[in-house]
Amino acid sequence: MTVAINPTQSGEPIFYLADEHPHPEGWSTALGFWIYLMSDCLIFAILFATFGVLGGNYAAGPAPKDLFDLNLVAVNTSMLLLSSITYGFAMLTMQQNKVGQTQIWLAITGLFGLAFIGIELTEFAHMIHEGATPQRSAFLSAFFTLVGTHGLHVSCGLIWLVTLMVQVWKFGLIEANRRRLMCLSMFWHFLDVVWIGVFTFVYLLGVLR
Amino acid sequence: MSPDLLKLIFGRLGFESLPLHEPIVVGTFAVVALGGAALLGALTYFRLWGYLWREWFTTVDHKRIGIMYMILGIVMLLRGFADALMMRGQQMLAFGGSEGYLNAHHYDQVFTAHGVIMIFFVAMPLVTGLMNYVVPLQIGARDVSFPFLNNFSFWMTVGGAVLVMASLFIGEFARTGWLAYPPLSNIGYSPDVGVDYYIWALQVAGVGTTLSGINLVCTIVKLRAPGMTMMRMPVFTWTSLCTNVLIVASFPVLTVVLALLSLDRYVGTNFFTNDFGGSPMMYVNLIWIWGHPEVYILVLPAFGIFSEVTSTFSGKRLFGYTSMVYATVVITILSYLVWLHHFFTMGSGASVNSFFGITTMIISIPTGAKMFNWLFTMYRGRIRYELPMMWTIAFMLTFVIGGMTGVLLAVPPADFVLHNSLFLIAHFHNVIIGGVVFGAFAGISYWFPKAFGFKLDPFWGKLSFWFWVTGFYLAFMPLYVLGLMGVTRRLRVFDDPSLQIWFVIAAIGAGLVLLGIICMLVQFAVSFLKREQLKDVTGDPWDARTLEWATSSPPPDYNFAFTPVVHDNDAWWDMKKRGYQRPLNGFKPIHMPSSTGTGIILAGLATAMGFGLIWYIWWLAAASFIAMFAVGIGHTFNYHRDFDIPAEDVIRTEDARTKLLAGAK
Repeated sequence: MTVAINPTQSGEPIFYLADEHPHPEGWSTALGFWIYLMSDCLIFAILFATFGVLGGNYAAGPAPKDLFDLNLVAVNTSMLLLSSITYGFAMLTMQQNKVGQTQIWLAITGLFGLAFIGIELTEFAHMIHEGATPQRSAFLSAFFTLVGTHGLHVSCGLIWLVTLMVQVWKFGLIEANRRRLMCLSMFWHFLDVVWIGVFTFVYLLGVLR
Repeated sequence: MSPDLLKLIFGRLGFESLPLHEPIVVGTFAVVALGGAALLGALTYFRLWGYLWREWFTTVDHKRIGIMYMILGIVMLLRGFADALMMRGQQMLAFGGSEGYLNAHHYDQVFTAHGVIMIFFVAMPLVTGLMNYVVPLQIGARDVSFPFLNNFSFWMTVGGAVLVMASLFIGEFARTGWLAYPPLSNIGYSPDVGVDYYIWALQVAGVGTTLSGINLVCTIVKLRAPGMTMMRMPVFTWTSLCTNVLIVASFPVLTVVLALLSLDRYVGTNFFTNDFGGSPMMYVNLIWIWGHPEVYILVLPAFGIFSEVTSTFSGKRLFGYTSMVYATVVITILSYLVWLHHFFTMGSGASVNSFFGITTMIISIPTGAKMFNWLFTMYRGRIRYELPMMWTIAFMLTFVIGGMTGVLLAVPPADFVLHNSLFLIAHFHNVIIGGVVFGAFAGISYWFPKAFGFKLDPFWGKLSFWFWVTGFYLAFMPLYVLGLMGVTRRLRVFDDPSLQIWFVIAAIGAGLVLLGIICMLVQFAVSFLKREQLKDVTGDPWDARTLEWATSSPPPDYNFAFTPVVHDNDAWWDMKKRGYQRPLNGFKPIHMPSSTGTGIILAGLATAMGFGLIWYIWWLAAASFIAMFAVGIGHTFNYHRDFDIPAEDVIRTEDARTKLLAGAK
């Protein structure tokens, strides 16, 4: 916001804005949401650190090599990455004010997200079935908590996505909804970035270890 | 009813959970219940519920939320201080075979509750309350960036406080010390509800604190009045910015570490256990990565308050503004590089200990720079010894002692001797009381006339001041001595009779502090009764320098009829000096956020969920969790969260002030 604050021509300093315009709605939202994301990022950072410290403590239980099916994880990763791309398409169509197409892309994003959660839960169920429960070792505690927290975030993102789709359907692509879609977009891509870390640090390095 | 059904409905909550065998607790409960009933009765009798709900509980006005934070902090101070008196009494009596009057089970809860309450529910609300009240006014804003979130944050803090208070009468509190180190805090050694109360109280309050941190950072970054560049921000705003950055960058760590501890306790994971590869040392590291920044979160705003007070009451511009800002930022950064000094004795090795010892000592450099800045501000100033200034001078003297013992503790070999001794207890009370508490009191007496339109009574204020300061020295200097003699913290009974005299002196000191607190409460009452005499009509009773004094006392809902334009560090001083004329016409409607009850409802549900989780009442936890989601989502369907204050209302308010100012001349 630029405001003329120089002295008027008569040399009198201006001490208040006689004709002011309030900040537009959502003036602070982008910054606020970024800061929130960074605080969330810190949550993941601590979970990564915990995994880094405890990730090798198998307590004579199963190790990553025995548990991880990299093919499944690769499929899962692609689900999430594709969902990010489709969310990008949703944002592009939103810019063009195409409500219907935006909704379709959002729905596709949601389906990919759902697939991701589904595959993750299958993987968890499989591991638990084999006796690799979160209680089995510090490694597994850290694993389930890190990956599970990410999954929980994606699930919350899905609830949010559905909520926004309802709101877009009811109220259209109004300014407030565009801002909300933008926030969810940042959230969604952020989870993608975190997942890249999980994929590399937990799965790939785990299998190498 | 069958036991299974009872368990389904009440979890592990039963009649045996009520501490009926503890006469002290029963007595306290009777007093609290009678007082509470009287209060609720009075509110009902005078039909104040509607007023409270509309004007206070649901308000999104940063000023009212700030005041509510202060009230919460002061109420909880009474509880936390009662715990302190009990400890002082116990340690004074428990000599020569005497068991004192508190059994171990109760005593351990008392010292844990004291620490938790004083940090989370006294110091934090007082500091957050002052920031909430003052920062938007200082930067010439109408409210914070996210007013609804502000209301929600406050009620989450209250929710945490409610859980801690509930633990006094329903079940018990943690017996682990205020940071609940595992393995003691793990389910094997603390199977009861105490640690669960601890966890959920802090989690509920922690969400509020994090959100409030985000909110105030945004407010300071985005809502400053035109002309107020970063380097023209008042120092209190600067310290608030740094504090809130620290909050955002450290509270998530607390959230995670408590979540991991909960997983250990509820699910049986092995993060902090002794077996299956868990590491209790991980917990100690993580909680101090939050815990050390936390002490700077508390003290930085206090530094800001002292800066405002010193320059106002010395009638001078703050000496070394730029160095003050940089010192604050440097402290902010360094506060992340010192956490390990809390556990040198863990055995991280000489190199690691040296690193953290040196970084700790380095913090004294920017802090010392600040001290000199305040001194030079006072130098050749026309100092007025009003209450805020007296607290400031007491702080300068006291804090320097605390700082020096801190540097002493930063030397790892010395720390091996003093670790967990009463010397440490004396040190941190020295900096927290001398820094944060004195700062909060300076802030309260400085900004009280702004908030309520009348000054605090100086007589009772000074009485309170002298009781507090002498009481503090009597209570804590003996602890330094005892610590050097090797007495460790959290002891309940003693053998060596030669130590007793020091504990007696400390107890006398605590008694004086009690008088100080009583005088302070009397001061509020007397000031209220004498409010006509103590009235401030100018809005600027101290001849102060920053923008909050440019508006009326108390400020109107919209803070400023016109957004001020800033040309100088001391914006209001500059306006006064250059003949600023208050605008008398041309008022326009003002856009403001509307009140909402969603915050208090969400926080209530979060508290209910916490209670359900503590007592294993799963249906309650699940139902409140789902309800929270539903209410939260429902709230997002409300797109009309603002309204306009009509121009006529603004004109009426401003005309009233014009009359008042004319009458004052």
